[in-house]
Amino acid sequence: MEQNKELILEIKDIHKSYNGKAVLKGISFNVFKGETKVIIGPSGMGKSTLLRCINQLTVPDKGSVWLKGQEITHRDAKNINKLRQKIGFVFQDFNLFDHLTAVGNVEIALIKVKGMKKQEARNKAIFELKKVGLEKQASLYPAELSGGQKQRVSIARAFAMEPEIMLFDEPTSALDPELIGEVLSVMKELANEGVTMIVVSHEMGFAQTVADEILFLDGGKLLEAGPPEKIFCEPKYKRTKKFLSTLNELYGNVEGNKR
Amino acid sequence: MVNPDFIINILAPSLLEGLQMTIKLIMYSAPTGLGIGIIIASGRVYGNWLLSRFCRLYIVFFRGTPLLIQLFILYYGFPTIGISFSPFTAATLGFILCSSAYHAEYIRGAIQSIKSGQILAAQSLGMSKMSAIVNIVLPQALRRAAPGCSNEIIYLIKYTSLAFMVTCIELTGAGKIVASRYFEYTAVFLAVGAIYLVMVSAATHIFHNLERKFAIPGIE
Repeated sequence: MEQNKELILEIKDIHKSYNGKAVLKGISFNVFKGETKVIIGPSGMGKSTLLRCINQLTVPDKGSVWLKGQEITHRDAKNINKLRQKIGFVFQDFNLFDHLTAVGNVEIALIKVKGMKKQEARNKAIFELKKVGLEKQASLYPAELSGGQKQRVSIARAFAMEPEIMLFDEPTSALDPELIGEVLSVMKELANEGVTMIVVSHEMGFAQTVADEILFLDGGKLLEAGPPEKIFCEPKYKRTKKFLSTLNELYGNVEGNKR
Repeated sequence: MVNPDFIINILAPSLLEGLQMTIKLIMYSAPTGLGIGIIIASGRVYGNWLLSRFCRLYIVFFRGTPLLIQLFILYYGFPTIGISFSPFTAATLGFILCSSAYHAEYIRGAIQSIKSGQILAAQSLGMSKMSAIVNIVLPQALRRAAPGCSNEIIYLIKYTSLAFMVTCIELTGAGKIVASRYFEYTAVFLAVGAIYLVMVSAATHIFHNLERKFAIPGIE
């Protein structure tokens, strides 16, 4: 799809096992500029591991990852630190720095990694907080923020580094239901702006409206991939169908709220 | 009744001199001990196998043996292998080693109470692990360890009196000398004890204010 677009990320044959148990058994796919890919699949099937293999927080056993033609795998520690800042990562449980205010969270890597001057970093951080609607909360500490606000700060923090691609690891699953919407709408905005992203999420409504492609990960392999209409309405495999119907029971009918 | 003349002309000057030495001992060993404690704790938690092992042994050794024995080894034992320390250096070194081992344990506990996800987040932003430890973990760990570390420094203020055992004449030593010469044990040691109490109270006050000044919601 969209072959004329610039290739941002290439994932080639990623394998990873823990204690002899294979979690990822050869995953390959490409991500083009501006694309939003949503990865779904049963829990414990390596979705988070896959995301972490992309930015090398987890080192894959086999396979390679390429960012804009530059290999990320098989790097020494110094190089990988440099490359990681080009890959924004949003964690399920936020992982905000507890001793820093919202603005401090966003600006610290700008100062320590990008080497920005303090004032410049502050301005940039405030700008990014504004984008996620949190400029009023800039001077609050994580303990003083709601879950949804924390996740928006963490999105601003990752996005401030001006990454080539953003990875979201179940960004709403640690949130109370009434706080999910504010995070999803920030993510939708990013997607609409043309930010390239890979999202691990079971928010089917989000997947339907935003995803260019849905990847169904099961048994350590990419079982099926395709545009939301196709995956949701006519999945090829029984396993996909079964998984989607489980989600339907949980979250209401996926097909019922198509775009 | 104690002679006021004795207090003003004999006791006060000697104790003042001893107090200066005590303060010097504290000023040299408290910050250095804390600094080394931070390094030992970080090495123990984040170091590779060898470094972690070394830090663990360091703690076992200096926390597990009496400070007085450490001082004796430094001052009386080391000259036999050709290394001689002045009384002040031997005492300061002993205090630093001992207090850093205790600080290290307080700080290690605090480091381990911090969610490891924050290091992952820092790394995902491009920080090295070292930078994540220095900029993210330690500022939080030190706040959490502060009550324990303050306690250790207060302890240190009092155990500087052991310097006397390696002939470094500090407050207690100065008091002991005056007391035996003039046979005024009660008055002298009451005065010495009162001075320690004042020092400890002052330190408690300072630490309390520091803890308040650096307090952050959600970190205690």
